[in-house]
Amino acid sequence: MNSSDLPSVPKVVVTKVRQRPGDRVFSGLSRLSGSLILALLAGVFGFLFLEGLPALTADPAEISLLERSSENPNFWAYVFPLVYGTLWAAFLALLFAFPVAIGIALFISHYAPRRIAEFLGYVIDLLAAVPSVVYGLWGGTVLAPAIQPLYVSLHENLSFIPFFEGPPSGTGRTILTAAIVLAVMVLPIITAISREVFLQTPVLYEEAALALGATRWEMIRTVVLPVARGGIISSAMLGLGRAFGETMAVAMVLSATGVISVNLISSVNPSTIAANIALSFPEASGLNVNVLIASGLILFAITLVVNSIARWIVDRSKEFSGAN
Amino acid sequence: MSLNLNVAAKATNSYSSSRLGSYVFGLLLIGALLLSLAVFYLLRPAEEDWQLNLVAVAIVGVIFYVILQYAVSRFVEGARRAVDRTAQVLITSAFLIALTPLISLLITVVTKGASRFDLDFFTLSMRNVVGEGGGAAHAVLGTVIMALAASVISVPIGLLTSIYLVEYGQGRRLSQWITFFVDVMTGIPSIVAGLFAYALFEIILGPGTRMGLSGSAALSVLMIPIVVRSSEEMLRLVPNELREAAFALGVPKWLTILKVVLPTAIAGITTGVMLAIARVMGETAPLLIAAGFSNDFNFDIFHDRMQSLPNFVYYSYVSQGSVPEAYLARAWAGALTLILIVMVLNLGARLIARTFAPKIGR
Repeated sequence: MNSSDLPSVPKVVVTKVRQRPGDRVFSGLSRLSGSLILALLAGVFGFLFLEGLPALTADPAEISLLERSSENPNFWAYVFPLVYGTLWAAFLALLFAFPVAIGIALFISHYAPRRIAEFLGYVIDLLAAVPSVVYGLWGGTVLAPAIQPLYVSLHENLSFIPFFEGPPSGTGRTILTAAIVLAVMVLPIITAISREVFLQTPVLYEEAALALGATRWEMIRTVVLPVARGGIISSAMLGLGRAFGETMAVAMVLSATGVISVNLISSVNPSTIAANIALSFPEASGLNVNVLIASGLILFAITLVVNSIARWIVDRSKEFSGAN
Repeated sequence: MSLNLNVAAKATNSYSSSRLGSYVFGLLLIGALLLSLAVFYLLRPAEEDWQLNLVAVAIVGVIFYVILQYAVSRFVEGARRAVDRTAQVLITSAFLIALTPLISLLITVVTKGASRFDLDFFTLSMRNVVGEGGGAAHAVLGTVIMALAASVISVPIGLLTSIYLVEYGQGRRLSQWITFFVDVMTGIPSIVAGLFAYALFEIILGPGTRMGLSGSAALSVLMIPIVVRSSEEMLRLVPNELREAAFALGVPKWLTILKVVLPTAIAGITTGVMLAIARVMGETAPLLIAAGFSNDFNFDIFHDRMQSLPNFVYYSYVSQGSVPEAYLARAWAGALTLILIVMVLNLGARLIARTFAPKIGR
C-alpha cells in the first residue's frame, strides 16, 4: 500500500519462477482431481435427475409401485408419507439422542478425570465405528423383543395419549424402536462435535466464572453453553442429517406399512425414504426403479438443506465465538 | 444422624463447613435402590409367575436417588450446590445410558456370533446351501475386493485434491468451491451414493446392471470426502519451515511436496485412509443397490453381482429360510467378523498415528 508513495525506492523486479515440467504436471494433476470432485457431485445430481425424471413424466397408472399407494396414483402421493416417516423418525431419534449426547460431551470435557477422558472419547467413537447393519441386527433381534413389554404397559396405562394409542405391536418392531436405534447411531456424531466445541471454551472465562464463586454447573450454564451454542445447534442438525439418510437400521427394525400416523407403538408404522428404497429396490424393475431413484433425489435434497444450514451456523458462530 | 456427625466434625474448617462428604451420597444411592426394590415388591401384581425386573428397579432407583440427593443437599448445602450435584448426577448417568447399548450390542454379537465363527464360515460360500452349513467366504472376498477397488479410485483423487487445496489453491475460487462441495459430499446419504452408481452404470451399460465395480464407485463417493478432509488436515499440520527450507535449497515445488511434505504427513494420511476404508467396509445400503447380492464366489469386478459381508448379514436376517436358526447364526457370525475387521482397522489406524507421528514439537 505504502510502496506507491515512495517513488525513490527502485522497483522490485519480479522474476518469474521457471516452471519445470514436473511442476506443471503435478499441479495440473492435483487441480484436475479437485475439479473431478466437482464433476462427480454434478454427476450425482445429474444422473439421479436423469433417472428420476421418468417417474414424474410417465403416466402414473403404468407404474405398479404408485398404483399400490393410493386410489389416485401420483408420485407425490407416494412419496409424501415416506417424507413424513423420514422426518418423524429422525425427529424422534434426535429427541432421545440430543440430551444424552450433550450430557456425554459435557461429561468427557468437564466432569471426567483428565486421564480417562481421552479413553472415554474413544469408547464413544467405537459406537460410531459399528456398522449400521449390525445395529439393525441388534435392534431387530435384541432390542425389539426386550422393549415390547414396555409398549404393552404403555398402552395399558397411557393409551389416552395419541402416541400410545396402540394396539401395541406384538414384535416390538415399531417406529419408536427404530428411533431408539437411530438415536444410538447419531449419538456419537453429536457428541464428537459438541465435545470439540466445549473444549474450545476459553479457559480464562471458565476460571473467571469459578473465581466469582460459581459452582461447576453454573460455570457450564453461564460460560460453556453460551459460547458453544452455535456448535451445539449445528451438531444436532448434522445428527439429523445422518438420521435422515440412515437406511439399514430402519429397514431391519421397522415393520413398515407406509401410513402417516403419530402412533409410536403399533405394528402399523410409517416408512422412511431410505428404508423404502432398500426394501423395494432389489425387486424393482422398469419405471419402479425410476420412482425409487426420484425419491432418493428428494432425500438428497432434504439432507442437503439440513446440512447446509448446519454448516452455515457453524461458520457464523465461528466468527462471533469468544474462542478467537 | 450422619448429617449431624458430618457437620460437627468439620465445623472448624470454614471452607468445608456445611458440605456433605461423598460417603453420604454413596449411602443415599444404596438407600434409593433399596427403596425402589421395596416399592416394586410391594406393588407387585398378584400373579404366581411374577419376576423382578432388575433393569426397571435400577432405573427407578436412580430416579429416587436424584430426588433424594437433591433434597438432602438442598437442606444441608443450599439450593445452588444442590443443583450442581443434580447436574453432575444427570450428566454422569447420560454417559452410562450411552454405554448400555454399546455393551449390550458387543456382548450379543460375541456370544451369538461365536457359534458359527468357525473354519467353514471362512472357507465356504453359500452356493447350494439351503439350511445349515455354508459360509461367508464369498462375502468377505467381495467386501475386500470392493473396498480395495474403492480405495484405488478414491485415495489418489482424495490425496491429490487435498494437495491442491493446501499447496496450490490457497485463496483461489476453485479451492473454495472444492471445500464447500466436499462438505456437501460428506452429507450424501449412503443409499443415494448407491443410487448414483446404479444410475451411472444403467445409463452406460443398460438397465439392471449390477457388478462389483458399480459397488466400488458407490463406495468411492462416500470415501473421497473423508480422504480429502483427513489428508487436508494432516498436510496443514506440516510446518511451513520445512517447505521454505526445501525451497531455499532450490528444490522444485513438486519435489518438495513429494519428498518433504508427504513423508512428514504420511502417518496421518495413512490413518485417515484406514479409517475411511473401515467406514466404507461397513456400508450396506449402497452395495445392496449397486452390487446386488450373490451366493457364490465372484472374483471378477467387471461382471455379475458381488456379495459383501454387510449384505450377507442383511440377507441372512431378512430372508431366513427353512432353518431360521442357521440363518440367524450366520448373520451374527457375519456381524462379528464385520465388527472385528472394522475394529482392527480402527485400532491399527490409531496405532500408526501414534507410532509414526512426526515429532513436530521441539
